[in-house]
Amino acid sequence: MNKKWVGTNVPRKEGIEKVTGKSKYIDDLTFPDMIYGITVRSDVPRGTIRKIHFADNINWDEFTIVTIEDIPGENVVTLIESDQPFLADKEIRHQQEPILLLAHPDKSLLEEARRSIRIEVDELPAIFNIEESLNKKQIIYSDDNIIKEYLITKGNTDDVWDSAYKIVSEEYHTGAQEQLYIENNGMIAIANDEEVTVWGSMQCPYYIHKALMPLFDLPAEKIRIIQTATGGGFGGKEEYPSIIAGHAALLARKAQKPVKLMYDRAEDMVATTKRHPSHTRQKIAVDENGKLLAIDIDFVLDGGAYTTLSAVVLSRGAIHAAGPYACENIRIRARAVATNTPPQGAFRGFGAPQSIFAFERHLDLVAKQLNMCPVEFRKQNFLQQGSLNATGQKIEEEVRLDKVLDLALEKSQYFAKKKQFAVHNSQKNVKTYKGVGLASFYHGAGFTGSGEVYLASIVGARLTADGKVKVLAASTEIGQGTNTIFSQIAADALGIDYDMVEIETPDTSKVPNSGPTVASRTCMIVGKLVESAVCGIRDTLLKSNLLTSEYTSQQFITASKKYLEDFGELKIFVKYKPPAGIHWDEKNYRGSAYSAYAWAVYVAEVSVDKYTYEMQVDDFVAVQEVGEVVHPILAQGQIEGGVAQGIGYALYEDVVWRNGQMANNQMTNYIIPTSLDAPDIRVFFSEPFQPGGVRKGIGELPMDGTAPAVISAVENATGKHVCHVPLRPEDLMMLYRKET
Amino acid sequence: MRAYLPKYNLTTAKSLEHALQMMNDSKRPIAGGTDLMVLFDMGNLPPGDYVNIHRIPDLQGIEVNDDYVEIGALTTYSQLRQHEIIQQEFPCICEAAKVTGGVAIQNRGTIGGNIANASPAADTPPALLVYDADLKIVSATGEKIVAYENFHTGYKQMQLAKNELIQRIRLPRKNKHNLHYYRKVGTRKAQAISKLCMAGVANFTPEKIVQIKIALASVAPTVIRCKKTEAYFCEKQYAQIDICEAKRILQTEIAAIDDLRSTKEYRIQVACNLIQEFFDLITEENNE
Repeated sequence: MNKKWVGTNVPRKEGIEKVTGKSKYIDDLTFPDMIYGITVRSDVPRGTIRKIHFADNINWDEFTIVTIEDIPGENVVTLIESDQPFLADKEIRHQQEPILLLAHPDKSLLEEARRSIRIEVDELPAIFNIEESLNKKQIIYSDDNIIKEYLITKGNTDDVWDSAYKIVSEEYHTGAQEQLYIENNGMIAIANDEEVTVWGSMQCPYYIHKALMPLFDLPAEKIRIIQTATGGGFGGKEEYPSIIAGHAALLARKAQKPVKLMYDRAEDMVATTKRHPSHTRQKIAVDENGKLLAIDIDFVLDGGAYTTLSAVVLSRGAIHAAGPYACENIRIRARAVATNTPPQGAFRGFGAPQSIFAFERHLDLVAKQLNMCPVEFRKQNFLQQGSLNATGQKIEEEVRLDKVLDLALEKSQYFAKKKQFAVHNSQKNVKTYKGVGLASFYHGAGFTGSGEVYLASIVGARLTADGKVKVLAASTEIGQGTNTIFSQIAADALGIDYDMVEIETPDTSKVPNSGPTVASRTCMIVGKLVESAVCGIRDTLLKSNLLTSEYTSQQFITASKKYLEDFGELKIFVKYKPPAGIHWDEKNYRGSAYSAYAWAVYVAEVSVDKYTYEMQVDDFVAVQEVGEVVHPILAQGQIEGGVAQGIGYALYEDVVWRNGQMANNQMTNYIIPTSLDAPDIRVFFSEPFQPGGVRKGIGELPMDGTAPAVISAVENATGKHVCHVPLRPEDLMMLYRKET
Repeated sequence: MRAYLPKYNLTTAKSLEHALQMMNDSKRPIAGGTDLMVLFDMGNLPPGDYVNIHRIPDLQGIEVNDDYVEIGALTTYSQLRQHEIIQQEFPCICEAAKVTGGVAIQNRGTIGGNIANASPAADTPPALLVYDADLKIVSATGEKIVAYENFHTGYKQMQLAKNELIQRIRLPRKNKHNLHYYRKVGTRKAQAISKLCMAGVANFTPEKIVQIKIALASVAPTVIRCKKTEAYFCEKQYAQIDICEAKRILQTEIAAIDDLRSTKEYRIQVACNLIQEFFDLITEENNE
């Protein structure tokens, strides 16, 4: 196949609409007779609802009020388990539990009304963190608070400890993180007893579709979900939008009017999902040359009050926990536990940033105790072609992580900087300490294990009336470039112009289920299906003798129009087929967890203010092997954005919990880095390890390696051993104090 | 927006007299709105009658005479940043204006509004304190001059009656300093509220420190001048100065607390460290 479009920086498919303000986001839309909804929530973390009081300062007759009595079907948010209700019945498990829904034509009355409802609750003692949950201070989930547990074993770690040259143990913590997409969550619904239609900001139309069928007790064809222009997601619009869509539709059904339910920033931050906080215990045995002999990891995530996606997040975290390193003996115990906080959820990296942080930090510690260079220590333990990773998957491709490392070292001048900074830091009267740090890691693309087989994604393509090709997929454009890369891939597969490919709006009445827009799977998995689907169109035209094997774009259009004239329409659907040689044992967590991995080495340079302990990332080098890069500018942008988000995770973003609830749910006090706080982020894509245009995911990769690289650099600058993120200046001060 | 709009009335004042007359009827003033609109959006601004003073000419402009620079209360941070005399003689004010919010806030927010908002975390007030600013305050019945140092009397408490407006901020030009120090410690480089900030000015000779002035924000219920700490340095030869003693005195003058932005411990420690940095700068300047 000749590649004319893939690998080039074509204009974004929806770019003009976005920069000219023509794109319609959900809050830009109004419908005739539309009214506005709001959610009334619990304000205690755990308890039993006794009574709901409506104050008499409000004329409640004007309001549409939805209670659990108004739910026509099942009151459960269908996901992995059916434990989360759309509206709390009696039991309250976290502070943001939805209890009632209100709607009114005057938007400005809603907040007043919400504040005029008092929920009388018999409070129960609650638990708020991993320690309290593991210690069973209260039992709030099942009989042991454990939402899910996995055990990954390779070899036998117990045989190693006694004879090892050195054993190093340590504990690591990571905090919650808010996705902070630029567009708040919101939905508009129209509903009656027979059908439900919802428009909104989302990543996964078919997740919402699946959740609304049982809620309304309606068949698939009676539920229609339509994505509107979406201002970012980062995982935050994977599962929670199902709840908002359900709420909007319940209000619409009762009011018999369209209902818009928009969250403001404060509600979006306090009520919706965040990255799971984690606690990891690391124990590593090495020989005197720094060879990894045994790795024992105990990895725990705080899942919050309901099951939601925690089991899957935990799985990815566990599989990535031992990084891209070869070791004969590995034991990874992973648990997600319940607490009385709003459920934590999907967020870029999906469990891997937590476990990779702990592992990369621990490798630095082991290297230090061995008196070895952390770079050399990592390098000699890298996975190579033919090695087996933690789940026993044989690495088939010709991995050269050492080359990725060399490029990162060269671009960052790691060794020169390290020397130079050592001299600088030892001078008298320096005002800032400088340091450089590094992390090496990999990230599996697509759903884990048999996930893609279960998903059985379908993509379609059809001819349009003017002879062009339209891609039919539920994969959403959320700012990351889905529309553009699908068009590039389709145009090259067909040998036609980029402008001749159109993308259908993700609307469940128009597009098949190509699976959720998550897990860095859109480009790699769905992109391949797009290729197959459009090839089906071409093959049909060839077989109909309307095209010969060599054709121009114009000839393609002519042939298409002729086909439509003769046969009415042409639509081709293709379904995912797993690649050969992929075996996954779900029960024992053994085998090929992912069909491809992206590989990376990141280097951060920081300075630390001597007087204020403020840390600034001064330079950042991100080198990765992601296979074929479809759109260099978009890919670079993804990496830069992810690194900035990773810097936030490492140094700034601190969710302050009070009584199981985010207390700093405003952008003035939940601190993300601004452009002034971000360094020049230098992104490099290494040569693909294998030829043939293999594509791997890139979206989640930069979230994994940034925090450990930044913290490694802080440690290099200060000499302080840092075991947690976010590392605020306040925390660094305490580390200084501890040692003096 | 969580505020219920019908509960608010906003009238635009045509002149200073008009504004003061409306304030006699217990309407509350709103200037740039960069503080009040945040409360409003969250539904936390008290409902009632407000008077928009943002365009009143008598509260605008920066005037310079031999004795004073007089800053109209509605002067924005952007205007402060760009003013040549202020840059030369009162650089801490420019520095403070530069690190307040972001460009949009600097274009809209006013120095008078910042003072009257009476946040103990405000960025510019410490600079006003070390420059011995005073405030010209007007009401429908008269005017008064209040030393800024005495203006804030407690958390969100000040010498400003409900019917009074700050008209001008006056900076005396007679004091000359060898060194001006301003440092904001925010949660990030822009769009941040202070964890603490410090302004300092110093007069010194190769032999001794003649006089220094120090003011801090975010370490007490109001912005504060640290006069005991200042007194410790006054007229002391360098060899006599025990910086640890200065830090100890400083700690008796501040009353830091834990909040969403930072901790008490950090604020105390870094306040001491900034005194150290200020002193280090004086000694460096002296050695050059």
